[in-house]
Amino acid sequence: MLIYIARRALMAVSVLLVVLVATFLLFFAGPSDPAQAMCGELRCTPQRLEDIRRSLGTDRPVAEQFTEYFKGLAVGREIYVSGAPRTCSAPCLGFSFRTGIEVKEALATRFPNTAMLALMTMAIFLTVGISTGVLAARRRGTALDRGVVGFSQVFGSIPSYILGLLFALYTTVLYPILPRYANRSDGLGPWFVGLIAPAIILGLIYATGYVRYARASMVDTLNQDYVRTARSKGISEQKVVYRHALRAALSPVVTILGLDMAGLLSGTLVTEHIFGVDGIGKFAIESLRNDDLPIIMGTVLIGCVLVVVMNLIVDIAYSFLDPRVRLS
Amino acid sequence: MSAQPVPPQDSAAHDVAAASAPERNVVTEAPAGEVVLKITDLCVRFPSDEGPVNAVQDLTYEARLGRTLAIVGESGSGKSVSSMAVLGLHNPKRSTITGSILLDGNEIVGADESLLRRLRSNTAAMIFQDPLSALHPFYKVGSQIAEAYLAHNSVSKDIAAKRAVEMLELVGIPNPARRAKQYPHEFSGGMRQRAMIALGLVNNPKLLIADEPTTALDVTVQAQILDLVKDLQREFGSAVILITHDLGVVAEVSDDILVMYAGRAVERGLAKEVLARPQHPYTHALLQSLPSASEDSDQLQTIKGSPPSLVHLPSGCSFHPRCMVKDRVPGDPCATLLPELRVSSPGRQIRCHLTNPESVLDQEVVS
Ligand SMILES: Nc1ncnc2c1ncn2[C@@H]1O[C@H](COP(=O)(O)OP(=O)(O)O)[C@@H](O)[C@H]1O
Ligand SMILES: [Mg+2]
Repeated sequence: MLIYIARRALMAVSVLLVVLVATFLLFFAGPSDPAQAMCGELRCTPQRLEDIRRSLGTDRPVAEQFTEYFKGLAVGREIYVSGAPRTCSAPCLGFSFRTGIEVKEALATRFPNTAMLALMTMAIFLTVGISTGVLAARRRGTALDRGVVGFSQVFGSIPSYILGLLFALYTTVLYPILPRYANRSDGLGPWFVGLIAPAIILGLIYATGYVRYARASMVDTLNQDYVRTARSKGISEQKVVYRHALRAALSPVVTILGLDMAGLLSGTLVTEHIFGVDGIGKFAIESLRNDDLPIIMGTVLIGCVLVVVMNLIVDIAYSFLDPRVRLS
Repeated sequence: MSAQPVPPQDSAAHDVAAASAPERNVVTEAPAGEVVLKITDLCVRFPSDEGPVNAVQDLTYEARLGRTLAIVGESGSGKSVSSMAVLGLHNPKRSTITGSILLDGNEIVGADESLLRRLRSNTAAMIFQDPLSALHPFYKVGSQIAEAYLAHNSVSKDIAAKRAVEMLELVGIPNPARRAKQYPHEFSGGMRQRAMIALGLVNNPKLLIADEPTTALDVTVQAQILDLVKDLQREFGSAVILITHDLGVVAEVSDDILVMYAGRAVERGLAKEVLARPQHPYTHALLQSLPSASEDSDQLQTIKGSPPSLVHLPSGCSFHPRCMVKDRVPGDPCATLLPELRVSSPGRQIRCHLTNPESVLDQEVVS
C-alpha cells in the first residue's frame, strides 16, 4: 500500500518536472518574442522593449534562463522589475507585469474563491448526478430512465455560457432570488452565499455528465454475479444496491471526478466571468487581455500541477476503493 | 453401452444411493426425506427484441432432503434460469414466470420481496459457477459470509464474524481466521469455491443449489469440491441440486437426475439408471459425447447441430432437428407434435414419442 502510493507519488513528481520544462519552453523558447508581445505595438520604445527583456530575462541565453527559472521555483531568486531588483521567494512565479504584484500572491488571494466554487459545484453534481444515475439504472428501460438520459443529453449539450448567462439573468437580475458574488473581505457569509448561484448552474451542467457515467456504471455492476450473490443472501434491496452495486460502480467515476476537479480548481473561465467571481479563471482572462505574461504562465502552471496532483489523489483513492489495486 | 459412466469411487455414497433404491427394477418415485422443493409447470419467459425468450417451459420436479438431484443439459437449456427462479432472483419487471414453486411450503412465484428475503440463504442457498465473479471484489471473504448470517440472525457483528470463520474451517480452508480477513482475489480458485460453499451453508439451508460449481476449476480441485459438497450434505441432511453439464460428475454424486433440453425436461429418473440405460435420444447423445476414460474415447461423438433458438422453437419436439432416431417413430409425429413428459418405465419419465426407446437406442450404438 505504502509502496504503491510512493510509486505513484514518484511518478507524479517526474510528470511535474516534465510539465515545468514544457511550460517554460512554451513561453520562453517559442518562436515569438514574449517581450515584443508584451510591449504592445504603439507605445513600444526600444528602451521599454529592453526593460521588458531584462525583467523577463529573455536577453540571456535560453539555458541560463532555464536554470534561473528553476532556481526561482526551487529556492527563489532576484528579478529586475522596472530596473530595480526585487526578491521573489520560492516557488517564484515572477511579478505581474501590469501591477507589480507577485504572481504567487495574486493567485493565492484568488484561489480560495475558485476552490470554494469548485467544492460547492462538486457537492451538487455528485449528489444530483449519482443519485439520478442510480435511479435511472435501477429503472432502466422505463420511461423515467429514458427521460433522464434524454434530458441530460439535451441539457448537457447546450453551451455552458448560454446556460450560465440565462441562469444569472433570471436568478440574480430579473428575479434576484440568489445573492450576487461578494468578496471575502465583505465577510465569509455573504461570500459563501454569493457562490451559490454559479455553483448551482455549474453543478447542474456537470451533473448531466455524472448522471450518464453513474447510470452506465450501475447498469454494469447491477448485472454482475456478485450483486446476484448479494441478493441471494436475503439482505435488503437497499443494501444490494448501495453496499454492493454502487460501491463497485464508483471506481470508474472517481477517475473522471479527478480530472473534472482539476479543471474546476484551475478556474472556470466563463462562469466566473458571468457571475463576477474573482477567481483564477476570471484572472487568467483579464491577464490575457493585458498581455500579463507572468500571470498567464502562472495560471497555466497551476492548471498543469492540479491535473498531476488530482491524478495522484485519484490513484490513492482508487487504492482505498479497490483492494485489488492496493495489494498488487 | 459405450458410455458406461464411471462408477462412484466413494462406497458410502454408493450405499446411500443403493439404499434409497431398494430393488433396481421396481423403483417407483423412490422417496427419502421430506420434499423441500416442488416445482410444477414452471415457465420462465424473458421479453426480447425478437420476441419472448422461452427459457424454461412446463418444468416439473422436486427435491428431497438428503438427496442430490442433478440437472444436466447443454448450456442454454434453462438450468440456471430455472434454479434462480427458486430464489426469486428474476426481476419481475423483466420476466414472466408462471406455474408453481413451493419452497418449504412457501409459494415463490409471485411472492413479495419480504418473503423472498426470509427464504433466501435461510431456506435455500445458491452457489454460482465462477466464484471469482460471484464474490464481491471489494469486501473481505469473512465479512461477505457474515453478512448473510447477520441477515437472518439477530446477533452481534462479532458473533457473525466468528460464525464466518467457523464456516471457513468447516469447508476445509486452512488458517480460517486469517483467510476470513483476506479478499477473494487472494484465494485460489478452489479455495474461493470452498468459501462460496461456506457462504451457501452459513444459515444451514434445507436446499443448496450448486450451479456448475466446478466448471471454472481444474480437474483435481473439481473432485475435492464435489467430495466436500457430498460430505456436507451427509452431515446436514439437506437437499442438493447440482447443476452441471458434466455427466461424469453426475455419476459420482447424484441420486436423481433431470435432463433438460431447450427449456424443457426431457428425461427424469434415478441417476444410476438413467446413466446406465438412457431412454431419451438426447440423454443418449449426451452420454455418447462424454469424454469418458474408456478406450473408445477417440470415437467421441458430439451431438450434431446446435441448440434451437428459444425465441423460435422448432415445431413438435424441440430436439427433432438433431434427433438421430426420429425416423424410427411410426407416423412421423416428431416434427409436428410436442411429446408429453410421460412415465416410460417405473421411476422413469421421458418426453419422447419412441415407444421402445431402450431397444432403439441400443441399436443406435451398434451402428
Ligand atoms: N435475463 C435474461 N434475459 C433474456 N434471456 C435470458 C436471461 N437469462 C437467461 N436467458 C436465456 O435463457 C436461456 C437459458 O439460460 P440458462 O438457464 O442460463 O442456461 P444454462 O442451462 O446454461 O444454465 C439462455 O438462452 C439465455 O440466453
Ligand atoms: Mg448456467
